[in-house]
Amino acid sequence: MHNYLDFEKPIADLEGKIEELRHLSSDGEVNIADEVTKLQAKVDKLLRQTYAKLTPWQKTQIARHPDRPHTVDYLSALIDDFTPLAGDRAFAEDKAIIGGLGRFRGSSVVVIGNEKGADTNDRVTHNFGMARPEGYRKVIRLMELADHFNLPVITLVDTPGAYPGVDAEARGQAEAIARSIETCFQIKVPLISVVIGEGGSGGAMAMAAANCVLMLEHAIYSVISPEGCASILWRDGEQSKDAADALKLTAQDLLKLDVIEGIIAEPLGGAHRSRDATIRAVGEAIEGSLQDLSGLDGGVLKSKRREKFLKIGSQLPE
Amino acid sequence: MNWLKNIVRPKLKRLVGGQKEIPDNLWHKCPSCEEMVFHRDLEQNLRVCPHCGHHLRLSAEARLKILFDEGKYQSIELAEALADPLKFRDRRKYSDRLKEAQAKTTLQDALIVAHGRMGGLNVVIAALDFSFMGGSMGVAVGEGLIAAARLAVVQDASLIVVPSSGGARMQEGILSLMQMARTTIAVEEVKEAGLPYIVVLTDPTTGGVSASFAMLGDVAIAETGAVIGFAGARVIEQTIREKLPEGFQRAEYLLEHGMVDMVVRRQDLRETLVRVIGLLINTGPAGDVLAIPPVAIDAPALESPAD
Repeated sequence: MHNYLDFEKPIADLEGKIEELRHLSSDGEVNIADEVTKLQAKVDKLLRQTYAKLTPWQKTQIARHPDRPHTVDYLSALIDDFTPLAGDRAFAEDKAIIGGLGRFRGSSVVVIGNEKGADTNDRVTHNFGMARPEGYRKVIRLMELADHFNLPVITLVDTPGAYPGVDAEARGQAEAIARSIETCFQIKVPLISVVIGEGGSGGAMAMAAANCVLMLEHAIYSVISPEGCASILWRDGEQSKDAADALKLTAQDLLKLDVIEGIIAEPLGGAHRSRDATIRAVGEAIEGSLQDLSGLDGGVLKSKRREKFLKIGSQLPE
Repeated sequence: MNWLKNIVRPKLKRLVGGQKEIPDNLWHKCPSCEEMVFHRDLEQNLRVCPHCGHHLRLSAEARLKILFDEGKYQSIELAEALADPLKFRDRRKYSDRLKEAQAKTTLQDALIVAHGRMGGLNVVIAALDFSFMGGSMGVAVGEGLIAAARLAVVQDASLIVVPSSGGARMQEGILSLMQMARTTIAVEEVKEAGLPYIVVLTDPTTGGVSASFAMLGDVAIAETGAVIGFAGARVIEQTIREKLPEGFQRAEYLLEHGMVDMVVRRQDLRETLVRVIGLLINTGPAGDVLAIPPVAIDAPALESPAD
């Protein structure tokens, strides 16, 4: 049973019909195999059509889909011996960000990702993927650890943004994010970021100043959420659709703007329909990027990372 | 179409000049104590209310004037950034908003970069102007800060940045977010050259600006009463559904929470900067430096920022 998005309603109806038919056939002798096959073909066609022309706002909804694989899913499927490391050594452990050591394709890496949580309790535990300063300070600590032991860093970005709260401000949310970006530009090991869902503003930027930034096909990455943008510029949160259009926040837009290096295709119907295939595709993309960066001297990795960002926005396609 | 009102009229005004000083500009009401202050008194007092000490915002130009020796500086021409890279449109076109801001402030964008002497020290100062689209940071501001950093490195000068900004410029979308990364690189270049990087956090310093170059100073100085933080107060209130504590996100609050080195009144700012930088680069006592007559500004030309 899927969680359907609004615009997936026709698909939901068809799949509901298939489900009904299957139910009928199990307690009757009618052979409905042909009918099911026909309907399934229709579903596939509809999916293909719908997903070929998604609007930025629809992509926003897909990027936030609760069934989309989250950081923990990638960790358990792609990373062997994952050993979480906790805390910022100053104040607390922030569960909105998970990070630690592990093996990827046989080699040690440091992996860091935002975790949104799978169900209501889990979401509260992980604060919906919104980190506080201690989260970013943990990121800094882990990146420095990776640098010290010459291990590549992989970050998985999936956050609505940094947590806007009194405690977060009191402990220096802005400073923590700024230092995290700074650390990204200091380390001399390969740094690869994949936006797997929502790349929300500074909270995402804090861990995505990478040598290679990839995005899943229906992920988004933006300076502000469409809702936030709409309420400020249109003074109406209802205009989120228009804001999503204007912000150019889709993976396709960002590739055109040369902000990211590549897009990882999602299976038909989005990552939430085929979680395993999506995770596999992400694994392959990370492997490819790591190979591209392997053998580069630490100083070169660092300077290339900087050069890349300095170029952004200097030449834009018409 | 507001072309007549937004472009032609301000341009005419600039050509004709004078006229805007109509009597209702002579008196200012202090937004804090609500006392009326005569405009000349206010300017003489560096736009600090003589009644309650409230610091009103300064334009980037006024900021540079009070920091540089004798108010003299050389501003550098900033590379022209792409106007409206995303063809952004909300209720109005971004390109129109830009033109309007340019006409209103006579600035190219929300930043002025200048070099000169401060207490005899060779400094580059980059000041943001809140009246230009809330001092927001887009590609032009990012480019300007990179240019400022490189100018400081070339001249072996200290870099002082004075933010006054609501954060990233939404109308430039992801490209404005990328300025957080780019300005951080600029700061790294200054730091790696062993030159002091000092930030003077003024009202307001929030959002993507505070979460990048503004919070990376070797020494962080906050101006009295300035609002400094990451998330806007309204967003936080909506999230936690509580009233915010008194003095929340003010300079003094940040000092108490260990987020800035000091809170300094505007009248003491220049002297403080001269002393701090003098100590960092280990020149003679500030007093000795100040005694040296101002040196003529003779700076090498800026190297291409895009190399």
